[in-house]
Amino acid sequence: MAEFFHMGGYALYVWASYGAALLILGLGAFLNWRILKRSSARLEHLRAAAPHRRRRDGHGAE
Amino acid sequence: MVRFANPAQFQRLSDMLLPWFAWATVILVPVGLYYALVNSPADYQQGETVRIMYLHVPAAWMALFTYTMMAVASAVSLIWKHPLADVAARAAAPLGAAFTALALITGMLWGEPMWGTWWVWDARLTSVLILFFLYLGYIALWDAIDNPATASRAAAILALVGFVNVPIIKFSVDWWNTLHQPASVLKMGGPAIHPDMLVPLFLMFALFKCYFVTVLLWRMKAELNRAKIRGLEAAVQAAAERREQAA
Repeated sequence: MAEFFHMGGYALYVWASYGAALLILGLGAFLNWRILKRSSARLEHLRAAAPHRRRRDGHGAE
Repeated sequence: MVRFANPAQFQRLSDMLLPWFAWATVILVPVGLYYALVNSPADYQQGETVRIMYLHVPAAWMALFTYTMMAVASAVSLIWKHPLADVAARAAAPLGAAFTALALITGMLWGEPMWGTWWVWDARLTSVLILFFLYLGYIALWDAIDNPATASRAAAILALVGFVNVPIIKFSVDWWNTLHQPASVLKMGGPAIHPDMLVPLFLMFALFKCYFVTVLLWRMKAELNRAKIRGLEAAVQAAAERREQAA
């Protein structure tokens, strides 16, 4: 197990690479997912507040 | 084409595709990492640093793929003025910038132990750095222009002009004498890499691809939500003003 983490003496370079990938792609996924959830909740809220203006298609209210 | 470019059709299509790509991404993370970090051999020259390649190469491929997609969407936006093309191109740009940044970072982390330097100004590295700045410029241009029609045109033209950099990146290792090695997977006569190393490479590529589709669709849906929210808020405000005038 220690050998695995040691990466033949290149631990710093290998784990920094995988760490950077996890950070960049993980953060990108999390932030964009949260933006989508929040905008969907806001849209639902607005539609519930003004049900008579509800449009069935995607581009009525623009 | 026009049928799928309709926002309502897009919502249906994306709702159908999203679970597949999202779950494929979730499943490919442990599978890809297992093959990249555990179940593949060390290279006889690079040693364990070859594992950095399983991130670096897919990230670089996705950086070029994303820019190509952005340029195609920009052409569709310029020619047919379709709003979904703008939504797609704009949603893709930060993803492309992220892939390019990751390709540059992992490249430097591999270059230091293997080449003995973090960076050289050779044609491949320099042209990829330019790609990164093209992504940033594209994002900044959208934010800098208030009029949506003007911003759309300017950003689309920038994306198309910048596309000239994509073949330059691809062929830089053949046209110039670079420290960066030439292509070893997509080349005449088949890949020059052992299957034990091609498996983790393609698994990580599949992971990056599924991740890209998932986050791109999330971003496009969020942008369409924003447009609807703006419309509804304007309608609510107009109704409130009418009531005020009537009272």
